[in-house]
Formats: sequence, C-alpha cells, structure tokens
Amino acid sequence: MQQEAPGSAVISLLVDNESGALARIIGLFSGRGYNIRSLTVAPVDEHGLVSRVNIVTTGTLADIRQIKAQIERLTPVSRAVDLSSAGPHVAREMALIKVVSSGEPRTEALRIADAFRARAVDTTATSFVFELTGSSDKLDSFIELMRPLGLAEVSRTGIAAICRGPQTIQTP
Amino acid sequence: MTPKTASAPQAAQTLAPLSGAEVLMRALVEQGVEVIFGYPGGAVLPIYDALFRQKEIRHILVRHEQAAVHAAEAYARSTGKVGVVLVTSGPGATNAVTGLLDALMDSIPLVCLSGQVPTALIGNDAFQEADTTGITRPVTKYNYLVRRPEDLAKTVHEAFAIARSGRPGPVLVDLPKNITVGNAPYKTADQDKPRTSKVRTEPDRDAVAKAVAALKQARRPLFYTGGGVINSGPQACEGLRKFARLTNFPVTSTLMGLGAFPGTDKQFLGMLGMHGTYEANLATHGCDVLVALGSRFDDRVTGRLDAFSPDSFKIHVDIDPSQINKIIHVNLPIVGDVGRTIELMIEEWDKQPAYEHGAELEAWWQQIEAWRALDCLRFKQDQAADAVIKPQQAIQRIYELALETGRDTYVSTEVGQHQMWAAQYFKFDAPNRWLTSGGLGTMGYGLPAAVGAQVAHPDALVLDVAGEASTLMNIQELGTIAQYRLPVKLFIINNHYMGMVRQWQELLHGSRYSESYSDALPDFIKLAESFHAKGLRATRLDELDGVIREALAHDGPVVVDLCVAEGENCFPMIPSGAAHNEMILGPEQEERGAEVTREGMMLV
Repeated sequence: MQQEAPGSAVISLLVDNESGALARIIGLFSGRGYNIRSLTVAPVDEHGLVSRVNIVTTGTLADIRQIKAQIERLTPVSRAVDLSSAGPHVAREMALIKVVSSGEPRTEALRIADAFRARAVDTTATSFVFELTGSSDKLDSFIELMRPLGLAEVSRTGIAAICRGPQTIQTP
Repeated sequence: MTPKTASAPQAAQTLAPLSGAEVLMRALVEQGVEVIFGYPGGAVLPIYDALFRQKEIRHILVRHEQAAVHAAEAYARSTGKVGVVLVTSGPGATNAVTGLLDALMDSIPLVCLSGQVPTALIGNDAFQEADTTGITRPVTKYNYLVRRPEDLAKTVHEAFAIARSGRPGPVLVDLPKNITVGNAPYKTADQDKPRTSKVRTEPDRDAVAKAVAALKQARRPLFYTGGGVINSGPQACEGLRKFARLTNFPVTSTLMGLGAFPGTDKQFLGMLGMHGTYEANLATHGCDVLVALGSRFDDRVTGRLDAFSPDSFKIHVDIDPSQINKIIHVNLPIVGDVGRTIELMIEEWDKQPAYEHGAELEAWWQQIEAWRALDCLRFKQDQAADAVIKPQQAIQRIYELALETGRDTYVSTEVGQHQMWAAQYFKFDAPNRWLTSGGLGTMGYGLPAAVGAQVAHPDALVLDVAGEASTLMNIQELGTIAQYRLPVKLFIINNHYMGMVRQWQELLHGSRYSESYSDALPDFIKLAESFHAKGLRATRLDELDGVIREALAHDGPVVVDLCVAEGENCFPMIPSGAAHNEMILGPEQEERGAEVTREGMMLV
C-alpha cells in the first residue's frame, strides 16, 4: 500500500447533549492515538438537546476514514461528516490577541490590525486586545505579525465549520 | 373472607408506586432475563431485596465480580441471549472491568448493572464510590449513570437494545442508591425508540453481486470466517454451510469463529493465524479471492501485514463499518449482517452464470490436500505405560472421550498453550459450544465461563480445559460450582509453567525463564475436595484415559490434575513478525525463533 502524506481534516458531529458525551469522543481520540488539533463544542438546537462538535484532526485519508468510522460507532453521535472530503466548506475561528507595547510598535500593531479587520476590544495606554475572526491561516499570520510588536497572550476558540451551499450536515 | 376485603390489598398493591429496584426487576423480566450473575454490596442492597421478593429471575452468586462477568459472557455466547451482571459500587464495579473489556473485544452482548452511591454524594469521595461510568467508558459499548427516576426503565430497555444490536457488546448501567430506593415510573420497552437505528444490517445488493462475480472468477478461493458468523445467529452458520457446499470452496476460521462451520468437515482447513494449521495459513497466503466473513484481521491472524495474503482479491463482510480497511486494505467491503449477506450471496450465486473454473479449483484442493498431508498437528507420544503424558495427548483424549459420551458438550478454556491446543484438537461441529477469551486473552476466563455455560445448559457436559497457572486466577469459583451443584469438569493441563510465557522466553529470550515457573502449586485433589468436588490425577500415560473417563462419568464437579510434560511448545507457529508461509512446524525448526527481529519481538 502506498503511504500518502498526512493531511488535516475537519470532522463535524451532531451529538446528543448528555453527560459524558464529550468525554467519550475525547477518550476515543486519546485511546486510539488520534490527534486533536482543535475542538469546539456548543449546543445548536432550540432545546439544547443536540450539540455540534467540530474537530480538526490529522492523518492520511485512510486514517481520517477510520477516525470517522470509529466516531460514528458512539451511541450519542447521530451524525459524523468529514467536511474536508464532503465538498466545499467554510471554517472560521475567533481569537483574542493581547499586544503590550508602546511607541512605533504600538502604532504598527494598530495599523496591521486595521488591515486584518481586527477589532480592538480592550485598549489601555500600553496594551490592546484584538478580536479577530477568520480562517485559521489568517489568524496564524496575524499572530506572527504581532510577535515582534509586543505579542503577550493569545486565546483561540478553535474552528467552527459548515458546508457551503444549501446542503447541511444532515444531507451531504 | 368477603370478596371485597380479599381484593382490597391486591388493588392497593397494584396502585402502590413501584420502587426503582422493582422497576428494574420488571424491565429485566420484560427483556426476557432469566439469570443474573452477581455479588451483593451496600449500594445494591435495594436491588437484592427486590430480587428476593420475586420469582422470575434466578441469581447466581459468584465469588468475585470478574467471574460474574465471564460467567455472563459464557451464558451469552452459549445461548445467544444477553448476559446480565449485577455488582455493587466501587470495588464491585472496578472488579468487573476486565470482564467488560473481554466482552467488548469479543463482541459479547452483556448488560452490567452496578450500584452507585446516592446522587447527592457523587463526587464527595463517599464510601465505595468510584467514577464507574468514567472508568468503564473505554471498556463498554455504551454506559449510563441513571440520574432521574423517570429515566430508569427507558435506560434499562435501551441498554439491552444496544448490547444486542449491530456488533454486540457490553453495556453498563450505573444505578445510584436513591434511584433504586425511591419510587420510579415503569415504562414498557415499546414506549421509546432506542438509539440503535444507525446499524446497517441489509448489505448493498450491488456489492453482493460484485462479490459473487469475483467468486465466480476465483481459481483459489478461501472463506475466512470469524466470530461475527456465530454472533449473527444459527441461520448465519447454516447459510455458511450451505454456501460452502454449494461452491465447494475451502473454509478456515478464526479462534472466535470455531464451530460456525463443522470442524470435522472435509472443506474445513482448521484455524488460521499464529497457531493455525499449515494448510489454513498456506491457503490464506496463496488464495486468489479471500472472503472475510465477520472477522476483523486481528494481528494474531494476519502475521506480518505486508505479506498477508499478498495476491488475493479481498472481500470483507462486517456489520461494523469501522472494521473495514482498519488493518488490511480490502478490495470490496460489504457492510451488513453477515448471515443476511451470505443468504443474498447464495441467491446471487444461483442467478449468475455457472462457475467455470472447476478444474483450477480441483488443483487448488489438491494443493491443499498436499499441505494437509503434512499433518501439522502431529506430536510424538511415547506409548510406554509409564511415559510422561504429552499435553497434546491429554487434550486430544479429552476431546475424543468427551465425544464418545455422545453428550452435547460446551468447552471453555483459560489462556495460553492449552487454549491453542484445545482450539487445534477439539473439532466443533456446532456453533456456541466454544467459549474462550480471544481478543483480550484473559487468564482466569475458563472456570467462571464454565459456570455460565452450565447454568445455561444444566444437562449438557461442560468442560474447562485449563492450565494450572490460569485457572488459579479465578479458582474461587469452585465455591460457586459447589453451591449450585454444577457438574463442571475442570481439566488442568499441569506443566508447572505459564506455558506460553515459557515458550516465548525459550524462542525469543534465550530460555531465560523469568518468573514463569508455577512454584508452590496447591495439591489440586485436596483443593477440589475442600470445595466439595471430586479430585483426580494422572501422572503417566496409562492413567490418562481412565482418569478422563472417570471424570466425564462423575455426576458432579470434578477437578482433574493432568501432570504433563513440562517442556512442550505449541506448534505450528508463525513467529511474530513473520508471514504465513514462514511457519515453524515443530521443535526441529525452533532455532528459527532466534531469527525473530526486534520489530517482531515487539509484536508478541
């Protein structure tokens, strides 16, 4: 069998919102040696009975198929879709980025923030907290640019993802 | 008494709210439960009280919670029903963990009910509190903590549905004491839809047609069948027999699948894998179409992955989609119930053009017969009256003399050399008769398993083929056997070693027998007698048959100490990291073990 290079994939799940459901999913990943790059989870239906979990993981195509098949076996998981292979999708992440600096670096940070459409949600004489939403790559490059300009702290949400077009996680 | 006063207490009884424990009993009865294997304790006292006050369900008191789970496993394997276990909180639940994982690995349907401290105390490090759902999450198919009385009945019903649906497995229901003491409403099973609807049992018809088309083109075909065929039910085993006869294709089986196809049938090549037969492994290596039916390409089966059945078109039928392409890339996966799939394959076989490769198939059979003629399971037994008994001789004679009784026979084993010899020398003609720990390899499985099988089949002959080391891991179950007068026959193949450990140490670690000698063994005859059983011993060849006959004829439990040659190794054998066509056939080739690479050594 040819070994293909490992890539990254977004798997989205609909999960019964019950105690232990998240532990079951995380336990599956750690128990079988799969990697979790980021994980987001929140209830998404009107009664709070169903949560959506978005997991960014890595592996070969065969690995990702195996991960999805293992997740689908879990009783509280009603739906599991590998968005990366199910068609085009949108994946967005939000980050809060604290930059502590003054003088020219501070002005430069603000200028770059403006170019990235990052919002300063907290401002003091010596610091900014920027809020930035976008693809993980965009967040990565913003954070890289902030590094020499007084980057002090980063808090990221992990990605939320959804298919493009009229189709939903129930239908692709 | 007037009718009025007579009916009044009855009416009051039906109107009185049920306690959680009573609701539990009712749900178990509705699920068809006849037997529970368990051990009481503080957190389950209300359940034991409800058990005491009812007549439908029998309780078997084991001597250790692990044994309760193994007994329930054997009950389930030998009947096809869901096995039920009842244990208390904390240590009761943690003792059950090994059994639960054993059931998960071997796909055995179980429901384990565990007590828990009252919900108000959960998280307070209360007496005998354990995070049971946390601890058992990776060792169960699913588990629950029942927090609200209204969820109780529904949860129990769903637990049974999940345990038996799709690929079966163990489900644990953790029951806080306030839930079983307090009142709870009863709901029948049909009032809620259980969450098992994701299971696909009906295979894709196109895939079945493609599979049959591939079989029609096969010159060197092979069926590789597993425990899934037995789990699918008697009709799946019937279907397999019918399909094999229809095609005249050879059949090999995993350890878990023994009995699905008759062991004495000419088309059966024996078990494949690490200690499988020469003909089965070479056929696996040389076949051109391999049909995996309810088997999962376990590492004990495949040996070196890149050399596994290198030139075959592989078809894999499994009800669990996560097993497809997990270890071996297959050309044609079919997700569905294996019994149903075989049924459709038979239909399709008759529909498609006739099989045209009869001559090649005949040549394939001739090749297989040539491999078979090597008689890879042969061993040299010195025939002198006072000769030391070879373990293979002991096990073969147990099989032959048990067969002579003409009784329906169930065989459990512990784990190790004796287990592999039993798999090789016993020929099972019916499914559900072979009870062994395959996936997890749990020493101490056999004796409690014999308890479960004998409880399920009181009139059958139940044997545990054991090793002296394994059986000591759950020897306390002789107490259970005595209490319920279970006529289990425990045959201890006593070579004074953890034989398989010793074998690997000999092959891979320069015969440095580190800690594998069974020192300070008990006198098994006295041990038997202290547990109210009969004790027998054979130390020389001329005693062997007599002792086995006497044990089989005795109308009660027997412990037989068969003192056998200490240095025997289990052959044939695929050394770890080797391919199927690189088998070691006997002691004369043992030096090849020394060639095992470091990578191979890690695979042990």
